[in-house]
Amino acid sequence: MSSEEAPGSSESDVTSMSYEDTELTLGLPGEGRSSAVIPALKCSAKRGFIETFDLNLGRCCNTSWGHRHSDKHVNESGAGKPPATKAQAVGWPPVRSYRQKAINESSKLYVKVAVDGAPYLRKVNLEHYSNYQDLMKDLDNLFTCFTIRNSNMEESKLMDVAKGMEYVPTYEDKDGDWMLVGDVPWKMFIECCKRIRLMKSSEAAVLALAPKASTPKCPSPS
Amino acid sequence: MLWVSRKTIKMNYFPDEVLEHMFFFITSHKDRNSVSLVCKSWYKIERYSRQRVFIGNCYSISPERLIARFPGLKSLTLKGKPHFADFNLVPHEWGGFVYPWIEALAKSRIGLEELRLKRMVVSDESLEFLSKSFVNFKSLVLVSCEGFTTDGLAAIAANCRFLRELDLQENEVDDQRGHWLSCFPESCTSLVTLNFACLKGEINLGALERLVVRSPNLKSLRLNHAVPLDTLQKLLMQAPQLVDLGTGSYVDDPSSEAYSKLKSVFQRCKSIRSLSGFFEVAPHCMSAIYPICRNLTFLNLSYAPGLHGNELTKLIQHCRKLQRLWILDCIGDKGLGVVASTCKELQELRVFPSDLGPGNAAMTEEGLVLLSEGCPKLNSLLYFCQQMTNAALITVAKNCPNFIRFRLCILDPVKCDPVTNQPLDEGFGAIVHFCKGLKRLSLTGLLTDQVFNYIGMYAEQLEMLSIAFAGDSDEGMLYVLNGCKKLRKLEIMKSRFGNAALLEDMGKYEAMRSLWMSSCEVTLGGCKTLAEKMPRLSVEIINESEQMEFSHDDRQKVDKMYLYRTLVGHRKDSPAFVCIL
Repeated sequence: MSSEEAPGSSESDVTSMSYEDTELTLGLPGEGRSSAVIPALKCSAKRGFIETFDLNLGRCCNTSWGHRHSDKHVNESGAGKPPATKAQAVGWPPVRSYRQKAINESSKLYVKVAVDGAPYLRKVNLEHYSNYQDLMKDLDNLFTCFTIRNSNMEESKLMDVAKGMEYVPTYEDKDGDWMLVGDVPWKMFIECCKRIRLMKSSEAAVLALAPKASTPKCPSPS
Repeated sequence: MLWVSRKTIKMNYFPDEVLEHMFFFITSHKDRNSVSLVCKSWYKIERYSRQRVFIGNCYSISPERLIARFPGLKSLTLKGKPHFADFNLVPHEWGGFVYPWIEALAKSRIGLEELRLKRMVVSDESLEFLSKSFVNFKSLVLVSCEGFTTDGLAAIAANCRFLRELDLQENEVDDQRGHWLSCFPESCTSLVTLNFACLKGEINLGALERLVVRSPNLKSLRLNHAVPLDTLQKLLMQAPQLVDLGTGSYVDDPSSEAYSKLKSVFQRCKSIRSLSGFFEVAPHCMSAIYPICRNLTFLNLSYAPGLHGNELTKLIQHCRKLQRLWILDCIGDKGLGVVASTCKELQELRVFPSDLGPGNAAMTEEGLVLLSEGCPKLNSLLYFCQQMTNAALITVAKNCPNFIRFRLCILDPVKCDPVTNQPLDEGFGAIVHFCKGLKRLSLTGLLTDQVFNYIGMYAEQLEMLSIAFAGDSDEGMLYVLNGCKKLRKLEIMKSRFGNAALLEDMGKYEAMRSLWMSSCEVTLGGCKTLAEKMPRLSVEIINESEQMEFSHDDRQKVDKMYLYRTLVGHRKDSPAFVCIL
């Protein structure tokens, strides 16, 4: 199997591919494949081809797609996909550059919102709001078991009617510190906010007292 | 098509004016081209009476020959770069310059009124030249073009006294912060279409308002993100007759005065059928739009990632007459279910990715199946998704046999059917088998030569085929070239096709517009052979890497090859990294 060849070797083009063609194999190890030989043969030859092919691509086309492959051992198992890489190879995915730019620009101000006790996080785009009130209203909508107690930002707490707990909106800024939402002007806030956490009041009291926040028990970033 | 029976061979007894009058009713390019082939006198009458010409590849013909053949030309459509240029596969300096066309037209006596360009390089100089050369110039449409700034737009605004249409779609424009909108003179009252949604910079809002006030014929207005909601409200007050609206930034406090005015003005805009924009969107402001939703036929939310979940589905539930929908994959499979149960008239759907990483696409085969069950009129699809199954594709093909365009993009490009671990050959085979009118197809997923066998066998109407990461051998490409008689454009990247396929039937390429192959198995030698044997093809090798001495090693694989038929030989404006064999 051409997987024995060193990734990125310059001989790994013509000869290894024809070797693959004649090789009988039911597929790369570690995969649950159907027992039909011919499709499996084609699938595995195909898979090997992609990986070898991308090794070549890594050399001559300088795509990060190819480079990623050449760093990994070719004998890869995994149901039909190349090693997961978030790098965008040239030409892939086929999205117009105009739209790609729009996607990249618009994700700038998306921040995760975590609520203590909630099973999952949400994401909001801070660009959509013009002030703190709008943000709080939307957070209220997203986490529907809570309601905003009052709109006065000095006492911005969310009241969980069912559980009788209070929540304080906090955020992590660019320096990694956990801050209370509402202190700085809105425009400044959206520039420096990296994520939001609705913290139980009991824990928030600790935050208010300490001069510099120690790492709170926030949900680990996924 | 004009029916010509034996009896009408005597038509040369008809005076030319009668024929010309008849040809007036023949408007499609294809039909006009057919008419011109009937006989010499028809050719002559047709060419003098032709007003609209479409040129799919600007290098296939020269402006001089165009002008010589069609002296009555009023409207010209030109396309420049190959389609894969959209995905950064073609360097910016490759070509597709419009300037020589404008120059040649300006020198002639052509009374150009309309210019529509796609994927061309348009300089400010060309725009200025254009604006000063044609007294009756009425309509400029630029799609996916680049090379110009707002200064060029200022020249168009200032000099084209009878401008009706300025339509900029997804162009890369350098914003010079000049006040191009203010360059429309007070006397300019003829605007029907104004679309500047793709501009990135600030807009003189006062100038915009005044322009809209003095444009009673304005039917289509698409704003850019710099136009806020309260300006939108003021504009709509002045232009309740709009048919096509693109909002700017759609964010405000729902309790604001501007927003409540907007709500009431939307109720008066009874003509809006097409809605887009929403570059920033406040979901709680969407209810203002509900009154116009019931009449919408086109809705484009593909630049609005902030709209998702319940707010999105609520909006769609108001759009019962929708025919075309462009959205982001935040809609999810369930959301497509809502579309399927609401939008029974739907013909075209485009679902774009909101995140380009391979693990993050939100759609699966389920959404597509739901859609096909609810929308049998579907004929055009662009679908970015995480996975697809053969079973789903077969179901979709049977539910929607009317597909003309079918473009599926699985973000992980070689993913097989996750249920059966098989390639997606059977699924796409069903698409081409059941959808007998299919003209355009884009494939992704794990695919072997078998899918191309199906395509060659069944896709009789196929005109454009896009392939990436597919096939096992030259057989695949040969199935397509031999089977698809109407194929015009074939574009292939990262697939295992080589010289044998390329060279088997070289004459075929003269019946096609173009062939693109990148990161395939074709070698320099193969391309040279082709170029030698086919003088009416232009075979371009585009090579950007440093080992670019155009080595004389014929065995070297070619990075990118683009070939196209041409009547005017090799182009003279190619940059250093392009070698025309």
